[in-house]
Amino acid sequence: MTTADLLGKIIQVVGALAAFALVIGLLLFLIDRAPKRGRDYWQLTFFIAPALLLLLAGLIYPAFRTSLLAFTNSSGVYVGAENFVWMFTQPAALITLGNTLIWVVVVPTISTAIGLGYAVFIDKSRGEKYFKALVFMPMAISFVGAGIIWRFIYDYKSGGNDQIGLLNQIVVWLGGQPVQWLQTSPINTFLLIIVMIWIQTGFAMVILSAAIKGVPTEQIEAAELDGTNAWQRFTNVTIPGIRGSLVVVITTISIATLKVFDIVRTMTAGNFNTSVIANEMYTQAFRAGEQGRGAALAIVLFLMVLPIVIYNVRIMRKQREIR
Amino acid sequence: MSVKQHRRLYLPLATAAVVGLALTGCTGDIAASSSSSSNCADYASYGTFKDSPEVKIGGTIQDVEADRLVNSWADFQSCTGIKVTYQGTKEFEAQIAVLAEGGNAPDIGIIPQPGLFNKLAAAGFLKPAPAAVEANVDKWWSKDWKGYGTATDGKFYAAPLMASVKGYIWFSPAEFKAKGYEIPKTLDELTALTAKIAADGDHKPWCAGVGSGDATGWPGTDWVEDFVLRQAGADTYDKWVTHKIPFNDPAIVKAFDSAGAILKNPDDVNGGLGDVSSIISTQFGDAGLPILDGKCSLHHQASFYEGFWKKADGSAVTVSPTGDVYAFLMPPVKAGGDQAVTGGGELVGAFKSSDAITATLSYLSSDTWANNRVKEGGVISANTGLDPANASSDLLKQSITILQDPKTVFRFDGSDLMPGAVGTDSFWKGIVSWLSGDSSQKVTDTIEASWPKS
Repeated sequence: MTTADLLGKIIQVVGALAAFALVIGLLLFLIDRAPKRGRDYWQLTFFIAPALLLLLAGLIYPAFRTSLLAFTNSSGVYVGAENFVWMFTQPAALITLGNTLIWVVVVPTISTAIGLGYAVFIDKSRGEKYFKALVFMPMAISFVGAGIIWRFIYDYKSGGNDQIGLLNQIVVWLGGQPVQWLQTSPINTFLLIIVMIWIQTGFAMVILSAAIKGVPTEQIEAAELDGTNAWQRFTNVTIPGIRGSLVVVITTISIATLKVFDIVRTMTAGNFNTSVIANEMYTQAFRAGEQGRGAALAIVLFLMVLPIVIYNVRIMRKQREIR
Repeated sequence: MSVKQHRRLYLPLATAAVVGLALTGCTGDIAASSSSSSNCADYASYGTFKDSPEVKIGGTIQDVEADRLVNSWADFQSCTGIKVTYQGTKEFEAQIAVLAEGGNAPDIGIIPQPGLFNKLAAAGFLKPAPAAVEANVDKWWSKDWKGYGTATDGKFYAAPLMASVKGYIWFSPAEFKAKGYEIPKTLDELTALTAKIAADGDHKPWCAGVGSGDATGWPGTDWVEDFVLRQAGADTYDKWVTHKIPFNDPAIVKAFDSAGAILKNPDDVNGGLGDVSSIISTQFGDAGLPILDGKCSLHHQASFYEGFWKKADGSAVTVSPTGDVYAFLMPPVKAGGDQAVTGGGELVGAFKSSDAITATLSYLSSDTWANNRVKEGGVISANTGLDPANASSDLLKQSITILQDPKTVFRFDGSDLMPGAVGTDSFWKGIVSWLSGDSSQKVTDTIEASWPKS
């Protein structure tokens, strides 16, 4: 690239930005001058149209096309439900579905439980801010980064060599033989799940901690006067008080877990029976060139996420009614 | 204007200035060189073109390799007046069909593997090769190679370009000399050598690693392909990759078992790296390095591994018959028989036709181009007009000699020829589960079941 090319490109960028500003300015000007009668509708249409168009191009059309693709093979010929038959009969694909179920049961439960427990224990303690920051920090690490960090922790070097992996070094210190953690099924799936829990616990803890602070002190004091112990106060006052937040936390983590891809891809690439739907979807569509199978997996993933989203929305609506 | 407002302007201005300065660092400002010092006699047959028509070439080749490629046609450009532009992108394989469909493909595509070539030819995107190109290929290339540029409709579309050789076995010449090991001439001798090194006892004979991120498993497919080609022969190999025989055919199971006799035998692997299970966790790039420490004697990997050798202290490794490491080709079943090699290479196909494109295609399929490109270093070609002395290393010279030998049977890397669902997915995964303990029969059955039905 020469300086002239660069200048040309900069001018292009500036020009494009100017053209964008001009179009927006013109639109706003025209809306402002819209006929008095039905001006509200004109304005509504103009303001909502860009968002609707983008949704159409970026969400609805791709979703529609993916649904069609799911019924074709790699050369685009209609094959009926063959891709779905493949998904529910091939042993490797079945393992993928099973693993996804394990993930979605274990991750939300454990990370919410740990997050809730932690939030309760540090509530109103000295240095609460710092305790919170410690657990929240993994949230700031990308899934790929976390995957690489934990892959080092599980790293294996054969007996006699220096261990790089923390876990195997501990095993060696205790007098055992190093283990191929990530290659040993089924424990490897749970070792990957730990990474996800490590990331999501911080999220659960922060939201639930805020919710706990929102439980009215009067109710707690009233319960205390009634002679309840700490556990009874927790189960009968705190939990009902934060029920809405609990649901939001569990459903959000469930959705994130169903879509998990980065951790599996960086740590095992789906080998050794650790694959999950999102990883298999990518592998089939972009590595194996079987877009149909990839699309079919995408649809199953969508159908699995859908009920959780609906439940989430309904709970939130119900809460709004109570308020 | 108040001072405050001035200050508000300073920050964006300063930012813009810094960004601008930084971006000028991206520019190269290389003046277009027009070195017409070379002798144009070699290029007379391609004709001269008046108003410098442009020929666009697209491919996956990038960085240094792309620079060398562009250099290889510098003289051709200045002598014929054709302006050849090259654009390399990693997305070429994924994008080319889409571009061709929209009529936006480059004039010429450097197609990195035959599977993609067959797809493009079947879809009718490629133009049949001009007569001059076909004549060049008939003259300079073997029948095997021409076959890979011929589509299923029997028409010849694409000339081969460069080549690489797989199935090399790396060893330490010094160790072989000190211990009196001989380079094996048959597979049986290779087995005997393996047993001998294992019996000598100070280290395991083989080191291997199939780790490669999300492509983990592929180095293992090379093992199986090499055994299929040598034991079952080229015919069975062709039937295997085109699915005329099933993946779990007894011949293929036998090849898995033969590879497994080494890879899954705890006495033979994994020198300096661990037990059998460590093959999966070892990255392919590191797997041969124990040879340098004397912890391993043999390592199976393609010719490109030449660039991977490095000593722990960072000093250079010499790759030569008398240096730190060198490689011999995996031997055939019978001594003195025809050599069989697996390997890779590119095919050059045209999406459009014009006189300038024909001239460029003819040049790329000529011995002149092959010599020009190989002189730039790093690669070889199977063009028989190529002078091995032009190659940049001993190993590349040896590879050229093997490829040019009329008795050599050449076959493309099988996993590149199979459908993606097998070649870049279930075959790789199969290797991983096979090395984790599954039987050859079970693994080949699973891969066979994954072969797309239509």
